[in-house]
Amino acid sequence: MWNEGYLIWISDALIVLVVVGIVGALTYLKKWRWLWDNWLTTVDHKKIGIMYLIAALLMFFRGGVDALLLRTQLAQPGEHFLDAEHYDQIFTTHGTIMILFMAMPFLFALFNIVVPLQIGARDVAFPYLNAISFWLFFFGAMLFNLSFVFGGSPDAGWTSYPPLTELGFDPGPGENYYLLGVQISGIGSIATGINFIATILKMRAPGMKLMRMPLFTWSTLGSCLIIIFAFPALSVSLALLMLDRVVGTHFFTMMHGGNPMMFINLFWVWGHPEVYIVVLPAFGVYSEVVATFTRKRIFGYSSMVASLMLITVISYFVWAHHFFTMGAGADVNTFFAVASMAVGIPTGVKVFNWLFTMFRGRIRVTLPMLWTLGFIPNFAIGGATGIMLAAAPGDYQYHNSYFLIAHFHQMLIGGVVNGMLAGMYYWWPKMFGFRLNERLGKWAFWIFNIGFYICFLPQYALGFEGMQRRMYTYPTDMGWGSLNFVSTIGAYLMGVGFLFIVWQVLYSLFHMERDTTGDPWDARTLEWSLPSPVPHYNFAVIPTITERDVWWAAKQRGTTDLLTTSTEDIKEIHMPKNSGRPFIMGLAFFVAGFGFVFNWYILAVIGLAGVALCMILRALEDQDEYVIPAEEVRETESALGRL
Amino acid sequence: MSALQHAVTAHADTDTPLEYQNPHESVKITGFWIFMATDMLLFGCLFATYLVLRTHTDGGPTAHHLFDIPGFTAETFILLTSSFTGGLSTLAMRLGKRKQVMAWLTLTILLGLAFIGLEVQEFAADVAIGATMQRSAFLSAFFTLVGTHGSHVSIGIVWMVLTLIQIARRGLNQKTARKLFIVNLYWHFLDVVWVFIFTIVYLSGVVM
Ligand code: HEM
Ligand SMILES: [Cu+2]
Repeated sequence: MWNEGYLIWISDALIVLVVVGIVGALTYLKKWRWLWDNWLTTVDHKKIGIMYLIAALLMFFRGGVDALLLRTQLAQPGEHFLDAEHYDQIFTTHGTIMILFMAMPFLFALFNIVVPLQIGARDVAFPYLNAISFWLFFFGAMLFNLSFVFGGSPDAGWTSYPPLTELGFDPGPGENYYLLGVQISGIGSIATGINFIATILKMRAPGMKLMRMPLFTWSTLGSCLIIIFAFPALSVSLALLMLDRVVGTHFFTMMHGGNPMMFINLFWVWGHPEVYIVVLPAFGVYSEVVATFTRKRIFGYSSMVASLMLITVISYFVWAHHFFTMGAGADVNTFFAVASMAVGIPTGVKVFNWLFTMFRGRIRVTLPMLWTLGFIPNFAIGGATGIMLAAAPGDYQYHNSYFLIAHFHQMLIGGVVNGMLAGMYYWWPKMFGFRLNERLGKWAFWIFNIGFYICFLPQYALGFEGMQRRMYTYPTDMGWGSLNFVSTIGAYLMGVGFLFIVWQVLYSLFHMERDTTGDPWDARTLEWSLPSPVPHYNFAVIPTITERDVWWAAKQRGTTDLLTTSTEDIKEIHMPKNSGRPFIMGLAFFVAGFGFVFNWYILAVIGLAGVALCMILRALEDQDEYVIPAEEVRETESALGRL
Repeated sequence: MSALQHAVTAHADTDTPLEYQNPHESVKITGFWIFMATDMLLFGCLFATYLVLRTHTDGGPTAHHLFDIPGFTAETFILLTSSFTGGLSTLAMRLGKRKQVMAWLTLTILLGLAFIGLEVQEFAADVAIGATMQRSAFLSAFFTLVGTHGSHVSIGIVWMVLTLIQIARRGLNQKTARKLFIVNLYWHFLDVVWVFIFTIVYLSGVVM
């Protein structure tokens, strides 16, 4: 780790400084106790959601810096800013972080913050498990990020195909970091999937029939169903590759009967559905935002639900389109090509429904709406290029070229990131009780989006000109120089856009007016009937739901008091107790993972023993709830002006 | 939910089984069913891997050489019996007979241990003749699939011991009943997985 060059040293120094700074500040302000009591041990889904959000934004920053390093390296031919090995490491960490440690926690942030409130639940089904999920994600991500400082990053791409990733070709600890970091956070994701399916199926307020559920909740259900069907495949593929590397088995090796194709199949059985895991919730956000800011009920609710569920199912049957060129044969390729294209149909239905909802509506162009509007052209272009890729014969032409890079960034940024940011802006007042500044946000939107097109449109052309993905440099006479240069300018603009978001958040923290209504957007669904931020028990009295968009309907009829005022119905409330164990369990997983990364088995065993101990203690735990007396609830509610 | 729970515990509904009476507990049963779906898929992937690799023996021992009919038959018999005794513990719980619950659970644990004992013996015998998981892709897949099942069984045993302790200490109530019910679900599930291992791995291994 000492001969890696000044870039790494500078970043190492910066990391150390930041850590020292944070520790120092917490100690100086005497905030350790506060941090532990209010955050690290919390089982409140709203706080867990906020922690996911913070983590996702930090990881967006890290992944974004990676992206800028890559783009800087590619800005001109024959560049020597990074060497080949560094380039490999950085595209690997960039891809992995963006998908697993940025997009996933961003979704989970919104699930946590929104779903229980939308369905009139007091909590998620398993609050303690929810905290475990968060800490597994967190420590998995930390383990992955540690590779940068300690030992070297993985360098075989976020797909980490064997035999390239077998021990013989890739001995360093980097690949181990990848396998273990992703594995640990993946376990957390499966638990989140289980938790939210149970929450949505079992915890809805009386009267909240399935077909009365808000579309964001529907999209969460779809996304979680895909999670529980897809993530086990990821766990297995990573575990088997780990066995190959650590124990010396022959699942995917070239000799002794191993079959690398088996990994590729298993990986994409997860990998393809993964893109729908991340995009469905974005669709959910767009549906909520469009309805709210056009003040109309969503057009074609049932077809929206049907198309969500259809995508959920079809997403599972398309994985082989990731290796059309690997010799599966025409019949197999045809099946997967047709299945891939079929996804376009329900997706098209959704886009038209959003457009019809907007049609003749009086659109209020707020930040959430702006990001939603920005998404539509992106999705049209990205969808069209996706169909081009799904056509197997065509794919022989653009496979692994920059055309693909442009396509999936268009979907992942234009679809997922836009959606997550729209969701963040939309529910921010619910989380924190104030809105984010619109003016700075508009700057961020325009700079980011213009940068986006400048960055990625040239890449379609580069793909056609034959530039392959994962190339660290290229000679001048290929003629790719100017398009790459333009693309890099776009990337930097996106970076500036992100900085505007940071500025916007910091500015708003100090300057924005508090929202006392709880419903700053004049919205439609149940969560907006609560004060912001929401008291930790959510609903003083669980409301009874009589129709879709209840809150809007109640406002129209002037019967909101049926949903808000909680007169003598207030009873004592049982809430789960905070616990330090999920945090400690995450830490134990981290220790075990770290032990395995370096084959220090004593450390690994200590970590695993810690995990086992946490589970046993939990099993024997008797009292994990406490009671909030009715009187206390009444006091809180009247202090909020709701009685 | 907790308000709901409160309403229900206040006038406990004795028609529904104990483990379902409290919604707070019964939702955990739903959660567990979903968990089992994920575990089923995990095994599904391992089975798929095994099916792809089972002929990749690289000149080493084959399924035909290795699998010992009396051994895996005994394992099957023991595990199926343990599933039955586990079921009897749930039945006793429904009847509110704590002593019986504990007796059946103890028997289930012992049968589980016997199963693990036989499996360890089988693995040790294979390794002794050089059939290690490093030998060929077939053996890697075999040991991983069957070993994953075995480690699930071992976890199940620890879990049943913990449940036994709690029933001994706290008696049968909505919470312990739910825990007993879930651990038995898990145990039946492992039984079902074993039936697949028995047919897909062992039986077709010796036949083909
Ligand atoms: C914010 C602006 C972004 C820029 C400028 C950017 C740029 C890049 C670049 C230059 C590469 C390497 C291409 C190559 O050499 O093959 C890349 C790869 C990749 N990016 Fe991004 N990216 C951005 C955001 C994202 C986001 C938001 C995601 C996912 C949610 C993402 C996912 C990926 C993946 C999966 C890869 C492939 C890595 C691999 O080949 O293993 N990127 N990106
Ligand atoms: Cu795909």
